[in-house]
Amino acid sequence: MIYARIAGTGSYLPPHILTNADLEKMVDTTDEWIFTRTGIKQRHRVTDELTSDLATQAALNAIEAAAIQPQDIDLIIVATTTPDKVFPSVATMVQRKLGISGCPAFDVQAVCSGFIYALATANHFIQSGQYKNALVIGAETFTRLCDYTDRSNCILWGDGAGAVILQASDQPGILSTHIHADGKYETHLHVPRSPDGSSKVIMEGNAVFKIAVNTLDQIVDETLAANGMQKSDIDWLVPHQANIRILQATARKLEMSMDKVVVTVDKHGNTSAASIPLALDTAVRDGRIQRGQTLLMEAFGGGFTWGSALVKF
Amino acid sequence: MSDIEQRVKKIVCEQLGANEADVKNTSSFVDDLGADSLDTVELVMALEEEFDCEIPDEEAEKITTVQQAIDYVNANLK
Repeated sequence: MIYARIAGTGSYLPPHILTNADLEKMVDTTDEWIFTRTGIKQRHRVTDELTSDLATQAALNAIEAAAIQPQDIDLIIVATTTPDKVFPSVATMVQRKLGISGCPAFDVQAVCSGFIYALATANHFIQSGQYKNALVIGAETFTRLCDYTDRSNCILWGDGAGAVILQASDQPGILSTHIHADGKYETHLHVPRSPDGSSKVIMEGNAVFKIAVNTLDQIVDETLAANGMQKSDIDWLVPHQANIRILQATARKLEMSMDKVVVTVDKHGNTSAASIPLALDTAVRDGRIQRGQTLLMEAFGGGFTWGSALVKF
Repeated sequence: MSDIEQRVKKIVCEQLGANEADVKNTSSFVDDLGADSLDTVELVMALEEEFDCEIPDEEAEKITTVQQAIDYVNANLK
């Protein structure tokens, strides 16, 4: 059997940091209000970098960690909601910036669940036997979609990118991926096109919170059942970083101590499709996540879309 | 105190981190017990779990005090 194994991780954050104190000067809010409701202290925000720039930096880090060359990559999938252009895809831009050509490159759009969707897609491509080294990236410049007059929403989002190299291996590897969608919730969380060209996030926060927590609980059960595993078999939960309150509620339902949950939302905010690979790379590089451990990644986002991946690292 | 009243108050204490003595039937979650909007969502979710029911959003919005929560549970559960 062919497994897709995470051979290396990487990430990149744009250097400019927007703190809660900075936001206090932009909208009617306070550090205390933001922190108690979201767990966010700061987020990174691009000045002139584009999504493909962040994605390329994260990719280079992952390529180095996996000890391969850009030429070894035979598939590129980028999860993003904030591409540089309407077309072509960010994936093709990353390909060019890595100095390679020829391999397939495409974007996946599932908003905050995007990285899980991209990982699931790449996993199947590798399991088919046709591809050996897939570059899977979650990259966003989500602050470009923020309405900096909407104080309940603009405080949440940040920019960044994370990447993994998925390599064909006879050892696990990704154990299973599970992805879902339900389009009837379109208007709970969306960015409609407006006639003047400005596109801003609109979210029914309370409704999203409730459905997210209940849905994440279900997908954890689905994932464990598919693998005949127990909650206690999970070494690390690497969740999408939407809000500390969702992470705490999910951990509580999972009967998992917050010590086993990788939390980066305090420093990164919600970076949409980038948050899981950013959190993964953070915990790999600081030594928390070790080879051989079992990781559960899960995400929930606009659509609604949601998904999970169970991984032997 | 009825069984339902006790269970509702226990959940309110747990979810909002309030002292039992402060949780009165007339207490408002937001004004008296310091709940924010996500606390009230989590409180409704905890009530749903405790009483094994689903509280629709439009009903949940009307539950703003301890007594309203007790009344809702009494009216909607067998």
